[in-house]
Amino acid sequence: MAKEIIGILITGILVENYILARFLGICPFIGVSKDLRSASGMGIAVTVVMLIATAFTWPIQTYILKALELEYLQTIVFILVIASLVQLTEAIIKRYFPPLYKSLGVYLPLITTNCAVLGVTLLNFTKEYNYLYSLVNAFAAGMGFLLAMTLFAGVRSRIEESKVPKRFRGMPITFVAASIVSMSFMGFAGIV
Amino acid sequence: MKKGEIALNGVLKENPVFVLALGTCPTLAVTTSLSNALGMGIAAAFVLICSNTVISILKKLIPDSIRIPFCIVIIAGFVTAVEMIMQAYVPALYEALGIYIPLIVVNCIILGKAEMFALKNSVFDSFTDGVFSGLGFIIALALMGAVREILGNGSILGYDIGTPAIKIFAEVPGGFLVYGIIAALTGMLNRCYGCRRCTKGE
Repeated sequence: MAKEIIGILITGILVENYILARFLGICPFIGVSKDLRSASGMGIAVTVVMLIATAFTWPIQTYILKALELEYLQTIVFILVIASLVQLTEAIIKRYFPPLYKSLGVYLPLITTNCAVLGVTLLNFTKEYNYLYSLVNAFAAGMGFLLAMTLFAGVRSRIEESKVPKRFRGMPITFVAASIVSMSFMGFAGIV
Repeated sequence: MKKGEIALNGVLKENPVFVLALGTCPTLAVTTSLSNALGMGIAAAFVLICSNTVISILKKLIPDSIRIPFCIVIIAGFVTAVEMIMQAYVPALYEALGIYIPLIVVNCIILGKAEMFALKNSVFDSFTDGVFSGLGFIIALALMGAVREILGNGSILGYDIGTPAIKIFAEVPGGFLVYGIIAALTGMLNRCYGCRRCTKGE
C-alpha cells in the first residue's frame, strides 16, 4: 500500500503535474503567480479546497449518486459542493488571514472555477481510486499545483527585470516562459 | 449596444482566449488536433449561447447574493446535456476529449460572460454576445488546433500533408508556446485596427 501511495504522490506532483502536464488550473497559474507570497498562498488554498472537496465528493458519488443511479448528476452536484466549500474557505481566510485575503483578491472566489479542483474530483473516479487513494491523489495534485506556482513565481520575477519585445509584454511572454518550464517537467515522464 | 460592436468585440477586440486569457485550460489541452479543437469549441459555444440566453431571461428573478451558484447550476445543466448528446452521437470525440467535457462547467468564459454580460443586458443582446464570443472561442481553438496539428503531426484534419512532424508542438510545451505567440499576434492585429480607426478620425 505504501508503494502505491508513493506512486500516486510522485505521479501527481511531478509526472502528471496538474498545471504543467495536464493543463488544469491555468488561470490562477498565469494570474496569481506574480509574486511568491500570493503564489504560495494560492497554492495552499487550492490544496485545502481539493482535499475537502475530495473528502465530500467521493462519498457523495459512491453512496448517494451511484446507489440511486443518478450518476449523470455528477457534474452539477460536484460543482455545487465545490462552490460552497470555496465560500467557506473564503470566509475563514477573510476572518483569520486578512493580508492573504487582500493579496489573493478576486482569485479566491475563482477557485470555484479552477478546473484543477473539479478535475481532481472527477479524475478520482476515472482512475477508480478508493477513498484513501483519492485523498492522497488530491493532496498530490495540490502539492504539484503549489510546486508549479512557486517555481513559476521565481521565473516571473526574472521576466519583470528583463527586456521583453513590446508585443510580448504581459500575458504572451508568460505563456512562452510556461512553455519552457513545462519542457523541464517532460523529463519526469516515465518515472512511475 | 450596436450589434456590429458586439460581434467585433467577441471575435477580435475582446477575443475571450487571446485577449482576455479566459478558458485557457481547454484551449491548451484539447488543441492537439484540429478536429478535437473544433469539437470542443462547438460544445463550449453551444453551452455559452444557451446559458447566456437563459440567464438573461431569468435575470430579474435571480437574487443578487446567490447569482453565482445560480448561474453555475444553469451552466452545469447545459453541460450535462452536451455530455449526453456527445456520448450518444460522437462517441469517438467524447473519448478523445474525456474529462475536459464536464470541465466546460468551469470554463471561465461562460461564467464570466454570464456575470459581465447576460445579467446586465437584454435577452437578444446576450444571445448575440453568446454567438460571437462562442465564435471567437471556436476560431481561437481552431487556430491553435490547426497550427499544432500541422507542426506537431504534419497533418491537417488527419490527412498527411507531408511536412515534417515536430513532436514537441503536439506536447505540452508546444501548447504554451503557440498560445503565447498567437496572443502576441492578436495584440498586434488589434493595435493595427486601433490605428486605422484613429487616422479615420472616429
